[in-house]
Amino acid sequence: MITAMQVTTTWYLVLGAMLFSLGGTGLLVRRNPLVMFMCVELMLNAVNLTFVAFGRQLGDLGGQVSVFFVLVVAAAEVVVGLALIVAVLRRRPGATADDVAVLKG
Amino acid sequence: METVVFIISAAIVLTGAVGVIAFRNPVHNALSLVGTLFGVAVLFVAQEAHLLAAVQVIVYAAAIVILFLFVIMLLGVDQADSMREDPLPGQRPLAIVAGLAFVGLLLVVLVFSTDDPVTGGQALLAGFGDRANVEALARVLFSQYVFAFEITALLLTIAVVGAVVLAKRPAAGSAIEAEDEAARTGEEA
Repeated sequence: MITAMQVTTTWYLVLGAMLFSLGGTGLLVRRNPLVMFMCVELMLNAVNLTFVAFGRQLGDLGGQVSVFFVLVVAAAEVVVGLALIVAVLRRRPGATADDVAVLKG
Repeated sequence: METVVFIISAAIVLTGAVGVIAFRNPVHNALSLVGTLFGVAVLFVAQEAHLLAAVQVIVYAAAIVILFLFVIMLLGVDQADSMREDPLPGQRPLAIVAGLAFVGLLLVVLVFSTDDPVTGGQALLAGFGDRANVEALARVLFSQYVFAFEITALLLTIAVVGAVVLAKRPAAGSAIEAEDEAARTGEEA
């Protein structure tokens, strides 16, 4: 019965919405900067999923090209962000996002 | 067939996402993230985005998560952040309510809209045609988007230089080093 159902674009969009909301909630709930970073990755992946789904629906390769660029920017963001986290946590071990709220050493 | 693939990988994706949020230990969070990223890669394959699925596994699930794990190990794994202490009273429940409200809003738009939620122009770029996914993507990337592609190279170079500058230990005897030392001893005292 399940196999008879057709997977439509809406299914992918719903999954993307749920993944994005989970990532956003995690970003608000957690205080460890590393885990907050992982939640940002979740949100980026949700958007990638919707890009590919829309691209397939509209027969347009632009969606996949966009995902490619999102991947590159995400990689650059992770590299710089983790370097920042290392720099901050080396100075004050065990810092949470609240401890660096004023962006001052 | 696609339905079964979708349901299984959607379950993996959502379980992994919940794991990223809920586990206390950052290592467990990173491993849950791997599950989510693999699930998304499977969904890419299901949508015939084969190159992106490969890139997703190689770049995301491998390189980025390994980078996360390196940093976690570098900083010590014992810093599970306490879910109990709540510096901003009521912020966590409010955050969960906000997340539920947001997903509810999106689901109402997507599921209960009478029209097809997908609008927009058809195929600004050519579709696959009968070409393989990789070849079609390469043609678009190296013709129409070649300038953006060059800029990503610049972006990656800047990111690498920035990471090295940020992560470098300040030279011994410099003013920043002395300040660092003061901050560290001040916290211990």
